[in-house]
Amino acid sequence: MAERITRADVEHVAQLARLALSEEEIGSLSEELGAILEYAAQVSALDTHDVPPTAHPLPLVNVFRPDEARAGVPRDEVLAAAPDVQENRFRVPRILGEEP
Amino acid sequence: MIAARRIAADVRSGARSARDVLEEHLDVINGREPDLHAFNVVLADVARDAADAVDVAVARGDDPGPLAGVPLALKDNMCTRGLPTTCSSRILEGWRPPYDATVVERVRAAGAVVIGKTNLDEFAMGSSTENSAFGPTRNPHDVTRVPGGSSGGSAAAVAAGFAPLALGSDTGGSIRQPAALCGVVGVKPTYGVVSRYGLIAFASSLDQIGPFAATVEDAASLLEVIGGHDPLDSTSIARPAPELVAGLDDGVSGLRVGVVGEMTEIDGIEPRVRDAVKAAAAGLEAAGAKVDTVSVPSAAYGIAAYYLIAPAEASSNLARYDGVRYGLRVDADDVAHMNAATREAGFGREVKRRIMLGTYALSAGYYDAYYGQAQRVRTLILRDFERVYEQFDVLIAATSPTVAFELGAKTTDPLAMYLCDVCTVPANLSGHPAMSVPFGTGDAGLPIGVQVLAPALGEPTMFRVARAIEQAAGR
Repeated sequence: MAERITRADVEHVAQLARLALSEEEIGSLSEELGAILEYAAQVSALDTHDVPPTAHPLPLVNVFRPDEARAGVPRDEVLAAAPDVQENRFRVPRILGEEP
Repeated sequence: MIAARRIAADVRSGARSARDVLEEHLDVINGREPDLHAFNVVLADVARDAADAVDVAVARGDDPGPLAGVPLALKDNMCTRGLPTTCSSRILEGWRPPYDATVVERVRAAGAVVIGKTNLDEFAMGSSTENSAFGPTRNPHDVTRVPGGSSGGSAAAVAAGFAPLALGSDTGGSIRQPAALCGVVGVKPTYGVVSRYGLIAFASSLDQIGPFAATVEDAASLLEVIGGHDPLDSTSIARPAPELVAGLDDGVSGLRVGVVGEMTEIDGIEPRVRDAVKAAAAGLEAAGAKVDTVSVPSAAYGIAAYYLIAPAEASSNLARYDGVRYGLRVDADDVAHMNAATREAGFGREVKRRIMLGTYALSAGYYDAYYGQAQRVRTLILRDFERVYEQFDVLIAATSPTVAFELGAKTTDPLAMYLCDVCTVPANLSGHPAMSVPFGTGDAGLPIGVQVLAPALGEPTMFRVARAIEQAAGR
């Protein structure tokens, strides 16, 4: 199952993960990810025919709380921690494709 | 070191003041912290106010709680309102959370005095605390060696006498492995026993908060305080905290104890670590337990499954660090480039590696072969343990295959570092409780930890067995 991880693979996955990488990092990651995935591919050695996946150790389904209003996290404290704020909102640079 | 329970008893009776207890611990910190770097921040003034408040309560005749005046160190991935919480990452440097984690509220309500925030591998990803953006923590038993990780700062703080109690988080062994390497007790409770509200998420289906202490009894006292249902964490089990201290010395007579081959007889394990597990088993047998060897075949695939599942969850959880709402922002002309530049500058090497690994394992064309298959192997591991627990009350194994290693020994080989967790990840994948108890010394006189594992919600039995191992070790 494990296959070689190319620089193009690393660049594609970095794009999915919204992560800029240096040329050096792209090179080292392609080697490291290849080695780790080769090890991790051991999971394919086990017969899992008819075995359901486990996403979570507890058999919990739909945990509800009473529908009661209660105080949330204070807005001013939240906004004070933001990199940029305008009129009680988070301010960001322009979104691609829109006019500034 | 004075036990937490002794301190709390003295403070509650008025025999000692919480302030005096705190100042003694701050003196120890001042003496040795420059060599160890257990803390990202020592909260001396905040702690003085908290200690004084405990003393005022005692003077007034109020009961300040079961941990009255006991200094406690918090791993720096637990939110403290208005106080720095960094995860040892540049991306959260300077951030002050707007709320407290539930465990922080509970330890304060019990009278504990939060003394500082401890160093960790960035976002709890690592087994040596060398992945901290703020520099490594060193092992109090030998400063050329690592304390283990990721909760290396908390383990070192307890081992160095900086605080009798500490909290850590354990996703693949991050409490138990550093406890073993630093010669202290470390506990990963059953998944859902301790609220994760305010614990900065790494891999949500595996993360669990738990105690560090010098003794099994002190660890039990702390778990009694932090455990129990929390409506703010929907994965928290709807039960009160387990009762542990009362039955601690009930003994192990008649208990069925299994020694797990796949977590003891493994490649690369140091002979003296293997011998310690056997000696602990002999100690339990002498105390009346029935000991046998047992196989958990799928546990051998634990690391492979873990290093697909944990990075997959991490890649999703860490998507929130986008430079928009809190933490670091690196400016760029548009949002997508701002996100990518912020994450490039803010995350360290191991965090990037795990985000990439997880994103790859979840990406189109690979999802079923990697992530899906790892989840099915997780089911096999869970089933294997459940089958074994039909025949055994508890299991024992090694915690770490080696004693503490030298700084830098594994930093250039990610896979070698990942294999540090070979004995600890199975309990995270199954959600079952497990803890590490110091038992003798290995190479270079360094501490060894023996791991005790139990079925879901089996903490009372697990702690009794841990107490018996502690006694067999002559402590």
